[in-house]
Amino acid sequence: MTPTLASAVTQVPLVEAVGMSKRFGSLLALDDVSLRLPAGSFHALLGENGAGKSTLVKCMMGYHRPDRGHLSLDGVRRDIHNPRQALDAGIGLVYQHFTLVPNMTAAENIVLGRSPIARVIDWAAERAQIEAFQRDMPFHVDLGARISGLAAGEKQKLEILKQLYLGRRVLILDEPTSVLTPAEADQVLGLLRDMTRERTLSVVLITHKFREVIAFAREVTVLRAGRAAGSGSVGELKQADLAAMMFGSGAVFASAARDKASTPGDIRLEVTAMTALNDKGVVACDEVSLAVRSGEILGIAGVAGNGQRELVEVLAGQREAQAGELRVMGERYDRSRKQMRVRGVHLLTEEPLDNGCVRGMSVAENLSFRNFDEPPQTVFGCFLRGSALRRHAAALIKRYGIRTASPDSRIDTLSGGNVQRTVLARELSGAVSVLIAQNPCVGLDFAATSEIRAQMMAARNAGSAILLFSEDLDELLELADRIGVMFEGAIVYETPRATADVQTIGLHMASRQPAQEAA
Amino acid sequence: MNTGTDIGGWSVVIAVLGAALRVSTPYLFVSLGETITELSGRINLGLEGTLIMGAVSGYAISYATGSPWLGVLGAGATGAAFGLLHAGLCSLPRVNDIAVGVALFILGTGLGIYLGKPLIHPVAPRLPDIHFGAWSNLPSLRAALDINALFIIGVVLAPIMLWMLRNTRWGLILRTVGDSADAARALGYSINGVRAIATALGGFFAGIGGAFLSLYYPGSWTEGLSSGQGLMAVTLVIFARWNPVNCVYAALLFGGATAVGPALQAIGYGGDYYLFGAAPYVLTLILLIRSSSTRHRMFGAPSELTFNK
Repeated sequence: MTPTLASAVTQVPLVEAVGMSKRFGSLLALDDVSLRLPAGSFHALLGENGAGKSTLVKCMMGYHRPDRGHLSLDGVRRDIHNPRQALDAGIGLVYQHFTLVPNMTAAENIVLGRSPIARVIDWAAERAQIEAFQRDMPFHVDLGARISGLAAGEKQKLEILKQLYLGRRVLILDEPTSVLTPAEADQVLGLLRDMTRERTLSVVLITHKFREVIAFAREVTVLRAGRAAGSGSVGELKQADLAAMMFGSGAVFASAARDKASTPGDIRLEVTAMTALNDKGVVACDEVSLAVRSGEILGIAGVAGNGQRELVEVLAGQREAQAGELRVMGERYDRSRKQMRVRGVHLLTEEPLDNGCVRGMSVAENLSFRNFDEPPQTVFGCFLRGSALRRHAAALIKRYGIRTASPDSRIDTLSGGNVQRTVLARELSGAVSVLIAQNPCVGLDFAATSEIRAQMMAARNAGSAILLFSEDLDELLELADRIGVMFEGAIVYETPRATADVQTIGLHMASRQPAQEAA
Repeated sequence: MNTGTDIGGWSVVIAVLGAALRVSTPYLFVSLGETITELSGRINLGLEGTLIMGAVSGYAISYATGSPWLGVLGAGATGAAFGLLHAGLCSLPRVNDIAVGVALFILGTGLGIYLGKPLIHPVAPRLPDIHFGAWSNLPSLRAALDINALFIIGVVLAPIMLWMLRNTRWGLILRTVGDSADAARALGYSINGVRAIATALGGFFAGIGGAFLSLYYPGSWTEGLSSGQGLMAVTLVIFARWNPVNCVYAALLFGGATAVGPALQAIGYGGDYYLFGAAPYVLTLILLIRSSSTRHRMFGAPSELTFNK
């Protein structure tokens, strides 16, 4: 580390969050939670979505003001109500949704984190200093690159590099590994663990992956519904203990039952040499070809930003392809509403509230997008029948267990899991010949996740062809019959389920591998 | 150099260039100001109204005090006040900056004309020229090289502004607020505060642009003083890709387009006067079409701008 960094000499403080509570409206997001971080700790914060993990660290950072409780440093109470005060105290947070400025370069983003920023910035000196610092890092970031051109994994590394360069002594990471390949995640977390061992850093790692907790953390606190459900030393706790703390005892989630007897049938969805551009006009999908048969799930793995979104948008009819051909059941498919209906093509897109719903409409209306213009919902070809619409909705709400106050509630009043269930109910009702799904379980709790996976498996067993894009390798290993890897807009690797291996898939997610290694 | 006064077609070119420098000044000031405002993540469409208010107040103060420079400062202050009004309204929840801008556009234009009624006849002292053409004995060249002081200030200001945006704390914070409100919040900066300052500065510059209209060219207060310069400057900022130095070139281009009609008329070619008068508006349309795309977002546009979301 360069000796010019004043922070290199300061000690890592003992940080304590004491009895923090935070209420948002009627929701008590955080209820009397305490956290103790002696110098050099590596503390995992485990919990389901909505358990209060992010709220706790945002209160510690002064991003939110806690209703009760406070932060103390080296035993002295500190009232922090502005993130800058936390930064000054050497506490840094890598937010789950990046807080990098898209139109600035990497170097500008790093300097931006300084507190205070120099009145006039000496760029040559800054860049030389950052480069010197980077030399000791296991990864390298191009300082002149604009953030908007970086992949999600690079942004994550830049965020961490920035915090370390700026001399943060306490680093809080909010689900940092979701955009990294398994190898990159190990590299980054390994580096941080080594620093905590040297006692030059304390780390709080927010995650919902048991593997990371067990492999890297030394202490763990589990949050459930805003409360501390348990804590302890990682060495003394087993995965089963952690699961019991997270979900309460007695919660059992069966994995989806695969009908092993069925064999894939005829080709249902066929994509040939599909090329598409992204929003910046750069090639995002580069001559992608794939085929999905009836009764199978083709899983596509890949780090976000490798063309999956663009490919799904082309399949959905949201984006025009530059070249390539699309066939469903052997015939050309033009993505019109009529063809979707005739050929039974259904979609479960990413971020369903924005991509597959109309926020201002009711649950019943959102449930009827596929068939509102057919009898019995429509009479005489143009008049909607509210009663039929509601009956149709009520049936689906019951069958798919959608938790809503009434069919007439607005869709955006539902929780994320229930929005996902609503879209799934709509897309899986009727004859599903082809289902295209992208990250269907992101942001859902474990119960909703296992339910949705079971529904997709049931559709597969009933003969649907399913194309599943997912950033979660565990999900693909559970569901897919074949797994492909998408990297830089191309399918670079494919393996049947029987020979799927996490290491090999991870390798292909990170770089183009020579052909013989793929075998 | 020819000693005669008849230099034929060149006189049109010289006249257009001279007029371009003149006409471009309000474009330049409004667009420099709007660049700052837009970089903070807000659009102020009310600058046309600010321009009129600047023209009226500048003219009135110049007339009352006898100093055109005090008029310029007063016009800037009036503009800044309008900018603060815009910023204040926009910082309220669920208020849209474009709607507020349109409201202030109408308010400023109406108020300016109302307050300016008594100013139509009095003659206020005008802003000075700097004579760069003394070396030449061509009257047309000398006239073209009588460059107004405000234009020079604007041209000097543009690169300074660019440097400040890139190399100072202020510039970095301004761009952060305009590009990622989340990042600014995470760093503990006040988003509404920064935007208020940026919009006030934008108003200040637009007010000065207005003072130029009433104190230099055309140089008197009339009700039809501005012909949409305030609005077109917004387009110009997009065309200039939020870069102050590009604003100078863009302003000159727009100024040139505006000057073509009158210059042709001056040499007796008045046939299509009104057609040439439409040149800047046609240019605006062409630029907007050229910079639009169905495929990608505008490169370099501050991400927090309403139209970018």
